[in-house]
Amino acid sequence: MRTIEQYLPDHPFFAGLDQEALAIVAGCATNVSFAPGEFLFREGQPADQFFVVRRGRVALQVHGPTAGTMVVDTADAGDVVGWSWLVPPYRWLFDARAVEPTGAVSFDGRCLRGKCDQDPHLGYELMKLVTQVMFSRLTAARVRLLDLYGNAGTTSALLSPLLMEARPADAGTTDAGATHATPG
Amino acid sequence: MQRLAEPQTAAPVGAMVPRVFRLADRRHDTVDTFTMMLEPTDGPPLEFVPGQFTMLSAFGVGEVPISVSGAANVAGPLHHTVRDVGAVTHALARTSVGELVGVRGPYGTGWDVADGVGGDVVLVAGGIGLAPLRPAVLEILHHRQRYGRVVLLYGTRSPEDLLFAEELKRWQNLGVEVLVTVDYGAPSWAGRVGLVTTLIARAGFDPRSALALVCGPEIMMRFTAAALLERGVRPDKVRVSLERNMRCGVGLCGHCQYRELFVCLDGPVLPFARVAGLLGTREL
Repeated sequence: MRTIEQYLPDHPFFAGLDQEALAIVAGCATNVSFAPGEFLFREGQPADQFFVVRRGRVALQVHGPTAGTMVVDTADAGDVVGWSWLVPPYRWLFDARAVEPTGAVSFDGRCLRGKCDQDPHLGYELMKLVTQVMFSRLTAARVRLLDLYGNAGTTSALLSPLLMEARPADAGTTDAGATHATPG
Repeated sequence: MQRLAEPQTAAPVGAMVPRVFRLADRRHDTVDTFTMMLEPTDGPPLEFVPGQFTMLSAFGVGEVPISVSGAANVAGPLHHTVRDVGAVTHALARTSVGELVGVRGPYGTGWDVADGVGGDVVLVAGGIGLAPLRPAVLEILHHRQRYGRVVLLYGTRSPEDLLFAEELKRWQNLGVEVLVTVDYGAPSWAGRVGLVTTLIARAGFDPRSALALVCGPEIMMRFTAAALLERGVRPDKVRVSLERNMRCGVGLCGHCQYRELFVCLDGPVLPFARVAGLLGTREL
């Protein structure tokens, strides 16, 4: 099995970091594994880590009073899990649960924050990587808010009032979306 | 200079008269989606190419454009997979086995799957957009050895909304890489959750040789096409299937006009390069 230092350069998240930076980052990392059903972290707990998934699948889930527990995102091999270590008050907003036997590299957020504070160049480079992934995730989340695959008569609970206002009064009786799912 | 929107052909009068088909069988795919298996009562089976649509009529209620969802190369009933979202589709949903429906067509352009021979093929479906892509998948499987890697990326709302779930497993066994993702799921769902475009970076295909066929809501197709181009797929090799307000099906009425295009005639399948500028335009 490759060491963390050998693994990180091949990971898409760390592409672009030079060897020196990778060595610093690797100094804050350990290998971890999780059995199916085991939690990487729970909502409300201190967020002092983030994870790079090497194999398996992690489900990000949240519990609501009406819908119960819902999985809102998953992370597979090559993905990164956890942003809350970067943002005060450093507490997890979701649960992260291993769906399959999962191997990951765990990074100590406090250790990384300290190194970034000492070395602003490293901090900036790392922040650019994090921002790229956050941007992709935010874009995907915004598109999913549109409830793309719902039919013309249904929308996500969040957008429902806005879209109902914008929709023509007879939209509920049209057949738009019968074959391609394009809401009216 | 852009050409003016003019009908490309003079449709024969018969093109507006539906043939009569009998509902031979019906399958409930999801809570709001069903597949009709139709047999002609008045002549030979309807010939079509993958990607084309017909105008299905519930007599006394109206007509609706629906893509063919069955195999083009196999004898048997005509398959249409329909989502019950409006008056006509609701009437079709209530049609009993043995009752009659009208069928006009087939109309429009196809996926031209053969253009992918010798290379990889990536099919990206969103929601019920998998139904118009199903004939393309079946066509490829019919000539599987002619193609390289075949990848199907499918995003839908929830695990309960998965279309053709059993068939997806069969396609996987027949050499199609099938990656599925949903918008949200219960904890019992062990599959992926996320936007379908995120699968493009993971899928195993060579973008330089790939033909990409995309079908789903327009926003999804825009984001998907952008991700395919970013991966390196040639713009002229990305095709999308548009759904507009098709009425006559033969380019006469203009209901489906999309600036210089009549979607029923020039589409529904169009090169993304030809419509890229239109998809983001408001009030077109």
